[in-house]
Amino acid sequence: MAMDSNGAVETAADVRREISSLEKAKAQIEDRISALQARLNSYGLEDGSEKTNCSAPPPAEDLFSGKLSADMIYRYSRHLLLPSFGVDAQANLLKSSVLVIGAGGLGSPALLYLAACGVGSVGIVDNDVVELNNLHRQIIHSEAYIGRSKVESAAAACRGINSTVQIVEHKEAFRTSNALEIMRKYDIVVDATDNVPSRYMISDCCVVLGKPLISGAALGLEGQLTVYNYNGGPCYRCLFPTPPPTTACQRCADSGVLGVVPGIIGCLQALEAIKVAGAVGEPLSGRMLLFDALSARIRVVKIRGRSSQCEACGENATLTEQQFCNFDYEKFTQTPLSTSPLKLQLLPPEARITSKEYNEINKKGEPHILIDVRPAHHYKIISLPNSLNIPLGSLEGGLPEISAALEVNKAGDNSRDSSLYVICRRGNDSQRAVDCLHKMGFTSAKDIIGGLESWAHDVDPKFPTY
Amino acid sequence: MKDTRVQEPCKYIPEKMVSEEEQKDHTSVKIKVLFFARARDLTGMTDMSLEVSPGATAHDCLNELISKFPGLEEIRNCMVLALNEEYTLESTVVKDRDELAIIPPISGG
Repeated sequence: MAMDSNGAVETAADVRREISSLEKAKAQIEDRISALQARLNSYGLEDGSEKTNCSAPPPAEDLFSGKLSADMIYRYSRHLLLPSFGVDAQANLLKSSVLVIGAGGLGSPALLYLAACGVGSVGIVDNDVVELNNLHRQIIHSEAYIGRSKVESAAAACRGINSTVQIVEHKEAFRTSNALEIMRKYDIVVDATDNVPSRYMISDCCVVLGKPLISGAALGLEGQLTVYNYNGGPCYRCLFPTPPPTTACQRCADSGVLGVVPGIIGCLQALEAIKVAGAVGEPLSGRMLLFDALSARIRVVKIRGRSSQCEACGENATLTEQQFCNFDYEKFTQTPLSTSPLKLQLLPPEARITSKEYNEINKKGEPHILIDVRPAHHYKIISLPNSLNIPLGSLEGGLPEISAALEVNKAGDNSRDSSLYVICRRGNDSQRAVDCLHKMGFTSAKDIIGGLESWAHDVDPKFPTY
Repeated sequence: MKDTRVQEPCKYIPEKMVSEEEQKDHTSVKIKVLFFARARDLTGMTDMSLEVSPGATAHDCLNELISKFPGLEEIRNCMVLALNEEYTLESTVVKDRDELAIIPPISGG
């Protein structure tokens, strides 16, 4: 605690509040600058000049080689000095446009490099807002943007690095209803999404519109990268005509991901996009790069060519724009396009209690056993006091332990039977566990609706979430 | 298939020198299997060695793997199968010392 100049008592909370309010104001000013910069750039376009550094006087391009302005020569000099890249590839980059779908773990580094390297126009599609648990890997976003649109945040960061690049904001989810309209304007597409239906949708859209697709993915400690639909190469459906079962589809929010892994894959996506846009080197078409972070191994596997049987790009395939628009990707993959977690409804209401009800039971000191069925490494992060960790996968083996715990409680309080409650992270696995316990004879078992997330939301706001 | 796994000292013969006849003389073919992504979760391994009968195809190897790890059935229809770092059809006959990679797609980002 300290006294401020007015003699009032100032607390750490006051300082934090002030910092937070100043940061918000700063972000708003940055946004306005970005928007003005973009407007300024569009003046340049209307003048009929190239998309150049419009904050400077109109460059006297004709005086030089005719391709790059003086500012551009200086900014991109290290590219120009590369014999295998040079002025031609840089000029190709400046003329190209790249659409990055997803401004998350993969999109963050991809966007930063694409903006920095001088791609003429970069489009960003995302519908999410920045959250604190994104920041360990989604390095384009900063704390000041928490709670705000990822597209706005990413666009501001890109403009901050290179104001000569045209940044186009698409603050919407990529859906069949808007996909064609958005993608049509770009030369190259970068898939930086995080779910299966989007991957099929984006690949199909690229086939329909004839765009090369730079596809990257990362989960846990592994990453994958390939270029689809390029120079007669395969599309996503050629490789994976049948979508994976939902059990095989894992999300970073459930399985975890080491932040730098999508970072590496996202950088490689930028690299492949630059190669395709600059028309240099051998893009990773017909090959797939597999990155294994723990063993520090990168393998490149030759994958199949275009499949003549492919329903999207095969010989007899006639995927039209209309068919694409009518295709139900969520139904096809049995997975929702939105990343919101599953809300299972397995148990009847009488076999469930809310976190608030459980809190009451706990406060009254009613004898009970609380089983936490999350994996052990989740339990280590945070758990409720006096809970017993028996992961769902080893529930059957843990039955004697549950019986023993119930017996101990019974011995302590002869008058009543001990109740059995089950909790997990979000309230899905706890239902599966209770269902299983009922079948094993523990008919009184109940699950806590919404799991620890609802505990943190409804009972104890200080309880950590992850 | 399990009872055909006779342990025989594995002598190195350069690939080019092995004629079809000699291959048939081997009582078993030993390959290395690499697991990626979901296949690692399902098997709990990154790689393993697998012995199959001479003439066994990639398809046979997959069936053998699924019998060892029934969970792999989950990704049976959605994977890239690569033999010695190249795309392969399931009908391809595997040779001694081949490397078979099972690569299900990752969708996270």
